[in-house]
Amino acid sequence: MADAEPHIRSLADLGETIAGELGDMISSREIINGELVLHAQRDSIVKILMFLRDDVNCQFKLLMELCGVDYPEREERFDVVYCLLSLTQNMRVRLKLSTDEASPVPSVTGVYSSAGWWEREAWDLYGIYFSDHPDLRRILSDYGFEGHPLRKDFPLTGYVEIRYDDEQKRVVYEPVNLTQEYRNFDFLSPWEGVQQLLPGDEKAEAAEEEGGDA
Amino acid sequence: MATEIDQSSQSLAQLPPGIEQDALLKNVTDTLVDKGFVVAQLDNLVNWARTGSLWPMTFGLACCAIEMMHAYVSRYDLDRFGVVPRASPRQSDVIIVAGTLTNKMAPAFRKVYDQMAEPRYVISMGSCANGGGYYHYSYSVVRGCDRVVPVDIYVPGCPPTAEALVYGILQLQKKIRRTGTLWR
Repeated sequence: MADAEPHIRSLADLGETIAGELGDMISSREIINGELVLHAQRDSIVKILMFLRDDVNCQFKLLMELCGVDYPEREERFDVVYCLLSLTQNMRVRLKLSTDEASPVPSVTGVYSSAGWWEREAWDLYGIYFSDHPDLRRILSDYGFEGHPLRKDFPLTGYVEIRYDDEQKRVVYEPVNLTQEYRNFDFLSPWEGVQQLLPGDEKAEAAEEEGGDA
Repeated sequence: MATEIDQSSQSLAQLPPGIEQDALLKNVTDTLVDKGFVVAQLDNLVNWARTGSLWPMTFGLACCAIEMMHAYVSRYDLDRFGVVPRASPRQSDVIIVAGTLTNKMAPAFRKVYDQMAEPRYVISMGSCANGGGYYHYSYSVVRGCDRVVPVDIYVPGCPPTAEALVYGILQLQKKIRRTGTLWR
């Protein structure tokens, strides 16, 4: 670590301090691409964020973003990611915790008031349930929408489509009926997809081979 | 004299600026000065009024709205065709659907359309409004705004240029003029 860049070193120090203070609440920590990532215990996320916000050496007063991630092959398939920024320390930290469809994640609206709409978004798009959220409704998708569209097992075209019914004089929902099939790109065809080899490039390779042989 | 102006009111819109148009306008002006009135066919007059003041409902939904704004302002200046954007459906004659129409927006869009006074026209602007476009297979997008309202003019493009929209409006004027009925 001695020859690492200064900001990496300070991030490593910060990670050590946080892990020392919070103990078991942080299950592991790592530095990926020069950014500190902490893996947190789900049930203690509120305590962790409270500490990161209020501790003198941290002061992560801004929640930049909160989002969900879906890994369908995992036992606990969802991740919730919290990205924090400390203006006074000029540092960023990322917290991750995992959950599944059934287990609720404690809402952090009490710590960062900006988290409210993001938690609604994660609920809407992934179906991650946040306990103690003051107003956990859908935020983006249609009124009465069923399913959570950013889950990997959600079909791209969804289940319903919309049409104006002239007899009922209103917009009605109907099961999806695609008149045109999905396009299936054949990347081996010369007419579709990106070509690895640009026309003329093979000459350069041939010339190189000849040069190598000689 | 009256019959002459009957014909003239019809042909005035088609006549390009020049000696003939000048002569026709002079004829009309002279008649006005002379008699104090001109005679014209009612449907021609109505069509002239309709095509000359197509007030579009502001309905920008996505990036197409940017091109629509370009068409309104100085370079293309739709105001010279009597096209002035309105913020109320009660005052508009045409609605320009500029952008992606989502499922959530569709009932609101239909309501706005229903609130417009007859005769009303619809211009569908851009791939998304025409047939879903890039989002055709999406779970949240209407596959063409003609599923919700009857469309008069489709303007293709992603997004169509401001010029293309102006052309679409000119096509709508042509359509109104050619339909030539008082009631739709």
